[in-house]
Amino acid sequence: MTTAVRVRGLTKRYGDVQAVGGIDLDINAGEVFAILGPNGAGKSTTVEIMEGYRTRDAGEVSVLGIDPGRPTREWRSRIGVVLQTADDVAEATVRETVRQFAGYYPNAKDPDEVIEQVGLTDKAGTRIRRLSGGQRRRVDVALGVIGGPDLLFLDEPTTGFDPEARRQFWRLIESMAHQGTTIVLTTHYLDEAEALADRVAVVSGGRIVAEGDPATLGGRATAKARVGWAEEGGHRSHETDTPTRTVLELAGRFDGEVPELTVTRPSLEDVYLQLIETPS
Amino acid sequence: MTQTVTRAPAPPLDRPPSAIRLGLSRAAFETRLFFRERDAVIFTFSFPIVLLLIFGSIFADELEGTGLNVSQLYVAGLLGSAAMTGFQNLGIGIAMDRDDGTLKRLLGTPLPRSSYFVGRALNTLFVSFCQVVILLVIGVALFGLELPSEPSTWVTFVWVFVLGVLGSSLLGIAVSSLPRSGRSASAVITMPFVVLQFISGVYIPVTQLPSWLVNIASVFPLKWMCQGFRSVFLGDAGATLELARSYELDRVALVLGAWVVGGLLLCLTTFRWKSRRDG
Repeated sequence: MTTAVRVRGLTKRYGDVQAVGGIDLDINAGEVFAILGPNGAGKSTTVEIMEGYRTRDAGEVSVLGIDPGRPTREWRSRIGVVLQTADDVAEATVRETVRQFAGYYPNAKDPDEVIEQVGLTDKAGTRIRRLSGGQRRRVDVALGVIGGPDLLFLDEPTTGFDPEARRQFWRLIESMAHQGTTIVLTTHYLDEAEALADRVAVVSGGRIVAEGDPATLGGRATAKARVGWAEEGGHRSHETDTPTRTVLELAGRFDGEVPELTVTRPSLEDVYLQLIETPS
Repeated sequence: MTQTVTRAPAPPLDRPPSAIRLGLSRAAFETRLFFRERDAVIFTFSFPIVLLLIFGSIFADELEGTGLNVSQLYVAGLLGSAAMTGFQNLGIGIAMDRDDGTLKRLLGTPLPRSSYFVGRALNTLFVSFCQVVILLVIGVALFGLELPSEPSTWVTFVWVFVLGVLGSSLLGIAVSSLPRSGRSASAVITMPFVVLQFISGVYIPVTQLPSWLVNIASVFPLKWMCQGFRSVFLGDAGATLELARSYELDRVALVLGAWVVGGLLLCLTTFRWKSRRDG
């Protein structure tokens, strides 16, 4: 498997604040990789160093084989960047803007096709100033993917989306990943990371505190399960390593249906909150 | 029978578009967007016209037996001011591009940085040219301005205009890094521009200014642009009104040329692609 992004010992300091305190990362080609973490954890700084926007204090960074500290035009045309929200090109229409940006890339995709993919065909002739926040965000995504990138960076891409727009956006990302695009996204939404990412890294205090498959992150798959039910007019619950046995016992006790039965394991959110509360 | 198959030549793959072509594409895009902000367009173009109408109507007198009238003097001064629009447009426009994410977004694409500046410069040249044409039409139609008949005088007009627009545009690009945000840019950039207009002979003839003010103005391009345009539109008769009793065209060329070179160096050394909050 080839490596799309390789980071070793990355550090970055702003004045007295150590924003990134030694990060190592390997992101494989074709993978969807999510970086999670609270505001100020250093995730945007890390991503912006990988995108070639910021300089680093120390460490090695290689993105598609190039040091982003010395970006070339050829490298830029293989990278797509969706930044956190901007409010430029307000007076241009969606189609004009996407076409303009298509001209910057050697092998750009068809502008109308990309507009269709982000679900803005109805709004193609509308000036960007008149779009809603979620629609504007989709323009950002369209401009990020117009060049047909091998590697796409998405910085909090679905902030301000309604639930339906988010699902639609996820399908777009899934189809791009399916076609072999490597995707690196930062997000606050854990369900988003869980739905999209092959692997996630949790960043806290400028370091990676956990990394892995979202389904098993932080020992999630093997953690104790909680069995809940209703009995004697109240809610009862029991934490156990053997939830099946508990359910069987309950089934015997109630002779059939257990009222209000639930079996849950810690959600990604539970694991995440635990991880960022105790920075290593 | 043979069939001829005509096929469009395949587009070259992996060849990035040239920086010049992208600059032209940026210029067309920026110009189209500029004309969409109708309020800004109306005020950009009407400002020098309104000033010309006011000054031209107030001061219709003849100038010290030269056969020239004061309004002709104002046309020349306002032409200089119009050619310096780039200072204001770029100073404010780029500060706003930096603030609203335009520059950051472009930086993330393979667009060559020079194409952004080519686009901006051509857009400025075009807007300044439109202003100059409008001023000349009004000057000729209402204030008895005479267009020069000598080709050599038009040559002077063209080099003063081009060097002036370039020099003041580069100065505008350089000062765009000064405002702390896009919102404060308008105030920060407009103030020095208005001051320069007052001390460079746009509104008040240089001969009526104290010499220390003239010395300050002589450092900046506007005074020399106005002087160059006076030489074009007032001719030999007006030379007696100059401080040096001559239009000093060689010095005009020297100072404007120096601003083009110096402005370029200033831009290359001080230009910020990122806003202050981006560190």
